[in-house]
Amino acid sequence: MKRWMGKFKALMLFTFLTILLAGCGKENLTALDPKGYGAEISFNLILYITFIMIGVFVVVMVIYTIVLLRYREKKGQENEIPVQVEGNTKLEIVWTVIPIILVIIILIPTIFYTFDLADTSEASTSINVDVTGNQYWWHFEYQDEEVSTSQDLYIPTGEKVYLNMISSDVIHSFWVPTISGKMDVNPENVNTMYIEAYEEGVYWGKCAELCGPSHSLMDFKVIAVSPEEYEQWITDMQNVDPEEVPADAVAQEGQDLFQNNCMGCHALGSAPSGVGPNLTNFGDRTHFVGYLEPTKENLVDWIMDPETLKPGNKMTGTYDVTEEEADKIAEYLMQLKPSEVTPESAGGIID
Amino acid sequence: MSATTTQKRGLGTVIWDYMTTVDHKKVGILYLLFGGIFFLMAGVQALLIRTQLITPENDFVSAGLYNELITMHGTNMLFLAAMPLFFGLMNYVMPLQIGARDLAFPFLNGVGVWLFIFGGLLMNSSWFFGGAPDAGWTNYAPLSTQSPGHGVNFYVLGLQLAGAGTIISGINFIATIVLMRGPGMTYMRMPLFSWTTLVTSILILFAFPAFTIALFLMQFDRMFDTAFFDIALGGNSIIWQHLFWIMGHPEVYILVLPAFGIFSEVIPTFSKKRLFGYTAMVFATFLIAFLGFMVWAHHMFTVGLGPVANALFAIGTMAIAVPTGIKIFNWLLTMWGGSIKITTPMLYALGFIPSFTIGGMTGVMLGSTVADYQFHDTYFVVAHFHYVIIGGSVFGILAAVHYWWPLMFNRMLSEKLGKLEFWLFFTGFHLTFFIQHFLGLMGMPRRYWVFLENQELDLGNLISTIGAYLMGIAVIVLLINVVLSYFKEPAPRDPWDGRTLEWAVPNPTPYYNFKHTPLTRGLDPLWIEKMEGDGKIKPAEPLHDLHMPYGSILPFLMSLGFTIASFGFIYQLDGPHGRILIYIGMAFAIGCMIVRSLKDDYGYNIPKEVLEKEDD
Repeated sequence: MKRWMGKFKALMLFTFLTILLAGCGKENLTALDPKGYGAEISFNLILYITFIMIGVFVVVMVIYTIVLLRYREKKGQENEIPVQVEGNTKLEIVWTVIPIILVIIILIPTIFYTFDLADTSEASTSINVDVTGNQYWWHFEYQDEEVSTSQDLYIPTGEKVYLNMISSDVIHSFWVPTISGKMDVNPENVNTMYIEAYEEGVYWGKCAELCGPSHSLMDFKVIAVSPEEYEQWITDMQNVDPEEVPADAVAQEGQDLFQNNCMGCHALGSAPSGVGPNLTNFGDRTHFVGYLEPTKENLVDWIMDPETLKPGNKMTGTYDVTEEEADKIAEYLMQLKPSEVTPESAGGIID
Repeated sequence: MSATTTQKRGLGTVIWDYMTTVDHKKVGILYLLFGGIFFLMAGVQALLIRTQLITPENDFVSAGLYNELITMHGTNMLFLAAMPLFFGLMNYVMPLQIGARDLAFPFLNGVGVWLFIFGGLLMNSSWFFGGAPDAGWTNYAPLSTQSPGHGVNFYVLGLQLAGAGTIISGINFIATIVLMRGPGMTYMRMPLFSWTTLVTSILILFAFPAFTIALFLMQFDRMFDTAFFDIALGGNSIIWQHLFWIMGHPEVYILVLPAFGIFSEVIPTFSKKRLFGYTAMVFATFLIAFLGFMVWAHHMFTVGLGPVANALFAIGTMAIAVPTGIKIFNWLLTMWGGSIKITTPMLYALGFIPSFTIGGMTGVMLGSTVADYQFHDTYFVVAHFHYVIIGGSVFGILAAVHYWWPLMFNRMLSEKLGKLEFWLFFTGFHLTFFIQHFLGLMGMPRRYWVFLENQELDLGNLISTIGAYLMGIAVIVLLINVVLSYFKEPAPRDPWDGRTLEWAVPNPTPYYNFKHTPLTRGLDPLWIEKMEGDGKIKPAEPLHDLHMPYGSILPFLMSLGFTIASFGFIYQLDGPHGRILIYIGMAFAIGCMIVRSLKDDYGYNIPKEVLEKEDD
């Protein structure tokens, strides 16, 4: 008995220590330190239910411990026969009714907030973004603004932003744990959810529904900036001239190469979404390809061999450029910085 | 042939015996053998998955291979390991528990087991034919309909075959329990394991046809250019999710109710006390099964079904907590006031109670829609269902293997090794999965081939992987225990001081089970005889000739025919050779059916005189 309990205690202690060591996770990714409306509601409910459930667990474990301490077979009494009890109606009613009450007190806030989070009555007066999930990148089109972007979604803090989401291929799921719970992005219907960030910041987004080999690399960011900066960003994005010629010669060559090799799939400016991501503000991306450090080497590596960096992507084999040409294209793309408002305005990515 | 003349036979004879068997005990052992093999394969796949996730951005396996591994791990574990292992135990033990000589349809039992075996082998053969299925065990459309190669076709046909076997076995169990209970074995005297067998079989009967339909639609879409799930042509991919989870959620109870039954046998035996609140236990089982059909959409809270549907399914989901809670307290109160003997099966039962309680609690948390928006498809869910499936089903299977091993194989497993195995497995299990609750909430979605550096997910994943290796070592200890037991002395009769009828038969179990039809005088019939009589079950009628069925190779051949046809279906798009295989296989299977229908098989009698010489 002692031995058994000792092991159990050691195990519990060990697990709790590891949790303490690990903390609550990375602050712009974890759901345990919410910084947005949906995430806050979910987190409060999680805490509320966990509290009740720990109560239940304690009751079970107290009975369990007493049973194990008191009713082990004792030496010399192996042949004693315990009283054969059939049951106890009163006790059985108690442990039927109490769980029913607990379930009801969990259900009341659950149902209330289920309807609250599905409320779309303010959608027509709020910012609306059409979200398209693709293998393996995200496209964002700001309704009535003629602004398109991919991978980095800019939103103002303190406002509800409605996302109208559809997929162009298989099912994806849009999840920014620190701001909001997730919703599936289906190919057959538009799903609407809203997000609201309380604080400025760059938040990690993840695809949460298996969508193919590179499912785990389909990361994106939500960049929450102040409402003024958001307005500024929208204006800057609207004023982009996709044909603008860069200043230095290398980038100019890169632009020519880009237009000849890449424009079939990629768009600049507010042109409708193509087969590949919109690259209007590519130079401001927090990451390339969703997860790579935004360095030129990484970009050249990606252009030369996308299959290794994102298996199953749709870019592999659709063009033919040399390493030298890729370098020039990269030079051009890294200069696409149409706005003063960048991820740095929101505090930058946290490493 | 009599039990005393069962001598060492050649390996060929033994294999032929098992290939042609219709005896519920041998069919049960076949289920256990192949379920065990698939369990080991799925376990190795799990270790490969955890090895890939031992460090961030690891490249131990490629992205495509990783998706194949998670798909095969899940499918193997649920459909080809856990369920067949339970079927094996049910097949062997349930007829003995209710005083029956065999299942209601012995021939059909053979068909069921061979369909399962061939279905499982077919699906796992995909590794050698260009790649395994890779769309997850849930196989969601349109990822699955668009998956290149033949992988998903193997999933569809393999599970179709195994699923047919499952439905056949379910029907057989229901018919057996309804029609073949021995004299005095009324429904409310049935051991809980037999009860859960009945309720599980009812669940199978209602749940699996939905999956059969889903698999056919998937097969038509992938092989015959239909568009049930093709959005571009007016299909709807969400339908797959509904059909899948209408089977998939009851499947969870198909896996966990038999474990409840096992613990309801193990706990009273080793507490020397009858089950507390037997009637409540039976009704709780029914209630869980009934509610289990009304909650499937809680797997789809984030699909966008709308707040009304989500709220209703949240209510249904949480309601299940109530009967499950009743069971937990009844087990605790069974032990209360008893005389608890800690054996390996009892250790698993004691490990099950806290583990499963945690799994149930996280289940309630997941049932809360708004909380689920964060949990859904993260490692929190992975942790939850492993707490339920391992903490419930696998602990149950391991408890049952140790508990019924002397009954099934006439040898005792070593208690020392058994306890070592339990502690390794229990520690490894909690190390692996407890931390995953937090990994999920820290932003790690499930089915991630890699997790990125600098996201504070490293430590949790490392701990998880270490735990998984411990569980692997525990399974090796079990295998060593099994091998060593072969060289031991035969087990004594009724080694655990059992309470139910299966412990009243001599060791090894005679092929006709009971010489006399046993008379049941109440719940726990053997215990009653031990307390009130001479410890022997009273015969219900005088000794007479016993009628037995002949073995047959037809179930094996029939299943082989369907398997050949399945290969044909998988390859029929590639050219005429596939279509030829379909015709050959179907003709062969149908031919076997015609032979079976036209050939009279009256079975044979064991004369009274032979039986008189046998042990009681």
